[in-house]
Amino acid sequence: MRIVVCVKQVPDPEAAFSMFRIDEQAKKVIPAPGLQLVMSPFDEQAVEAALRIRERHPEAKIAVISMGPETSRNAIKHGLAMGADEGVLLSDAAFEDADSYSTACTLARAIVKLGGCDLVLTGRQAADWDAGVVGAGVGELLGLPVITFAKDVQVENGIVRVERVLDDGAEIVEASLPALVTVSNELGAARTPNLRETMRAARKPITVWKAADLGLGANEAGAAGARCVIERLFAPVKNNRCEFVAGSVREQAAGLVERLREAKLI
Amino acid sequence: MSGVLCTLVIAELAQGRPSKLTCELLGLARNLAGTTGGAVAAALLASHTDGIASELIAHGADRVYAIEHPMFGSYHSESWVGAAAQICKDAAPGAVLIGHTVSGADLAPRLAFRLGTAVAMGCEGVSFVADKLAFTRPCFGGNARQTVSFKTAPAVATVRAGCYDAPAPDRERRGEVTPLEQPLGEEALRVKVIERRRDADDGARLEEAAIVVAGGRGLNGPEGFRLLERLAATLGAAVGASRVPCDLGWCPRSWQIGLTGRTVQPDLYIAVGISGAGHHMAGCGGAKAIVAVNTDREAAIFKDARFGVVGDYRQFVPALIEEVRKLLGD
Repeated sequence: MRIVVCVKQVPDPEAAFSMFRIDEQAKKVIPAPGLQLVMSPFDEQAVEAALRIRERHPEAKIAVISMGPETSRNAIKHGLAMGADEGVLLSDAAFEDADSYSTACTLARAIVKLGGCDLVLTGRQAADWDAGVVGAGVGELLGLPVITFAKDVQVENGIVRVERVLDDGAEIVEASLPALVTVSNELGAARTPNLRETMRAARKPITVWKAADLGLGANEAGAAGARCVIERLFAPVKNNRCEFVAGSVREQAAGLVERLREAKLI
Repeated sequence: MSGVLCTLVIAELAQGRPSKLTCELLGLARNLAGTTGGAVAAALLASHTDGIASELIAHGADRVYAIEHPMFGSYHSESWVGAAAQICKDAAPGAVLIGHTVSGADLAPRLAFRLGTAVAMGCEGVSFVADKLAFTRPCFGGNARQTVSFKTAPAVATVRAGCYDAPAPDRERRGEVTPLEQPLGEEALRVKVIERRRDADDGARLEEAAIVVAGGRGLNGPEGFRLLERLAATLGAAVGASRVPCDLGWCPRSWQIGLTGRTVQPDLYIAVGISGAGHHMAGCGGAKAIVAVNTDREAAIFKDARFGVVGDYRQFVPALIEEVRKLLGD
């Protein structure tokens, strides 16, 4: 069984947003120099899901694939240190400023070039643009059954069985492989690479492909292949005028109720 | 994309009627139609369409594309994508609006790729400026907003709950109903639903509640939610949570408010032990007033709050319950 996990490198989403600057002119969010770049957390959980499957199916091979700048190699290395077997880095100036559509096209093409696979896993959304589009898009482009928002993924006898999150509960669905599954945070924490795996990871192969290697035309990748245009990027407006209710606990409670009543909120 | 623009709303049902969010989308679509001179269409996929098509018309649809099939008794990704894509071929919309629910977030990207177009997810605002549709949505964990436009048609978008008013239904409104056949046989479905489980209905109440009491990591355990439930019962409020307590199993997943959970826009939002990270605020920032209770005076939540209480919720919340009871003459 071959599993491909699509991952994205993002500026550490756990960092305080004061570490970021919104460049309205360039329409980009600029992380402070030195801010750590990490694998997007939902993607980490997708790698975790793949590793859990391999625990039951030791013959499974896991490839971690990422489209992005050369630094994305570190996100792939992280996946290899978690336990994945091989990495594929899609890095080319032609991939820059991609939208979800051209990103999905590039990833789908790379999966075909890999010779396809039995299961594609992705995070539910990346922690930068929070769109949650690429995973389902890759599945559509490859013509695979798509199962979103997984909290548990199991493979048995060529069938993937997924418990997925609903607005008001959960459901269990099944599909024959090959299929694509997007993983949600309910899957639980991803493992931390240990020293031994990290050392082993240094010897695992990382293939690098450019647009030409994937046979992508000039209008299919990156900004040229994008179907969305960012018109504006800005910070939400905050009123920033909080009235603190002071005093003893009893005075605070009475003071708050008084204010809420005056504002006709209760 | 100039001149006449048809906006298609994909209806979602709640208890056999168009959901509140669906009605809000019809309101938004009518706004757009007012600007563009276009029409409003609705896609209705249901096991029984009787009476629902006329509801959609009363709420603003000019035409309803209806597919009645037992398969549509509940949401199923493949059958909905196939049916929605077929309706898009017939309706040739300039924009497709879908509610940003778990089902909508599943449907929209797949439908967009099926149609060869892009999608804007979790939008808070949709406008038509300079002959272009523009969609504004939170990103970077709710810390930034982006406005996007499309190079391709239709523009597919999911829209968050509570961003638009649902117009009052007008039973005199006239519209047409176009019945269509379900394009996929059940045997064509590759993903089979084995089992569905519903949590207690608390979650569903969140979007409707005028007051929401929500707890975060600062509650330090599941017992805190028992206290918040008492406060909520006193106020007639619904209880929600930020992501961490849901991940830790302190409360049901369906209570989660935020970027990857529900969006609520109550009159009053009481945030207890919630730090106010952008990804949480993306789900509650539209509340008319936020009250924050936190031990840390520097917590980001106070930047969004109208009233703040610095203190330990374990002492403060019981005192607040008592004061509210006094006020309500209980």
